[in-house]
Amino acid sequence: MPLNRDFIGREYPFPGTFEVGREHLRQFATAIGDTNPLYTDVDAAKAAGHPDVVAPPTFLTTLNFRFATEGPVADPELGLNYALVVHGEQQFELHRPVRAGDVLSVVSKVTDIRDAGRNEIMVVEGAVTDASGERVATVRSSIVSRGTAAGEGRSA
Amino acid sequence: MTQLSYDEVEVGTELPARTFPVTRLDLVRYCGASGDFNVIHWNERIAKSVGLPDVIAHGMYTMAVAGRVVTDWVGDPGAVESYGVRFSRPVVVPDEEGTTLTVSGRVEDKLDGGRVSVALTATVGEGDEAQKVLTQARAVVRLR
Repeated sequence: MPLNRDFIGREYPFPGTFEVGREHLRQFATAIGDTNPLYTDVDAAKAAGHPDVVAPPTFLTTLNFRFATEGPVADPELGLNYALVVHGEQQFELHRPVRAGDVLSVVSKVTDIRDAGRNEIMVVEGAVTDASGERVATVRSSIVSRGTAAGEGRSA
Repeated sequence: MTQLSYDEVEVGTELPARTFPVTRLDLVRYCGASGDFNVIHWNERIAKSVGLPDVIAHGMYTMAVAGRVVTDWVGDPGAVESYGVRFSRPVVVPDEEGTTLTVSGRVEDKLDGGRVSVALTATVGEGDEAQKVLTQARAVVRLR
């Protein structure tokens, strides 16, 4: 089943905030096997000029999954089968490092859904801001829905 | 603030290549830390039923591990201003032996504002069998 193209352009301002905690940063760094002290040691982070421990560059993916159940991907009207999904591309623009103590908000927007051969590609862009409203990051994700392009359905 | 100086870095400067073993346990741990519990990252039966060769690593796990080559080089992860990749091939993680990711990097450009662009290469398999799992993998970092 092809994805619902009506979703292109839809915006999802996620309710609530995402608080970045030291323990979550520690868990995430551990999960990627990264022992950089600036993720876990407040003194080391401060010595390097940061107000608190910082996040690995890809950490904001956790924010996406925190709100995933309220985003476009989880909307039944989109028609996405998550088991058919693989990741296509990912981009993080970090205007400043994410750090412990940040209270983040995100507005996600579906910027594109298109065919790519037998597959479909959906692009979602998240604008991440901090408690003062300043832009912290832009997160662009492109996911591939395998074998769901309309052409495939017609030929089957 | 990184200790790495812009003036000391040239286009073509190589970042030390590293190998990273990847096991099912790593993927389960990443599920928990990231919140991405897609079954294809931990359930072999379902992964195969949807046409995958086996359980595959999260693209974001591969991206995060590859990024360590850059953050270890600059020292301060806060120096990373942008990081993007395209996932060209899934990283298949068999139950018993797992797999090994090999990552290297090279400074491809010196930009304004004391920034450099680093191109990353990430492969699985060895020698002639090596296959790229990331393409267009690139990080921009701000140096001292």
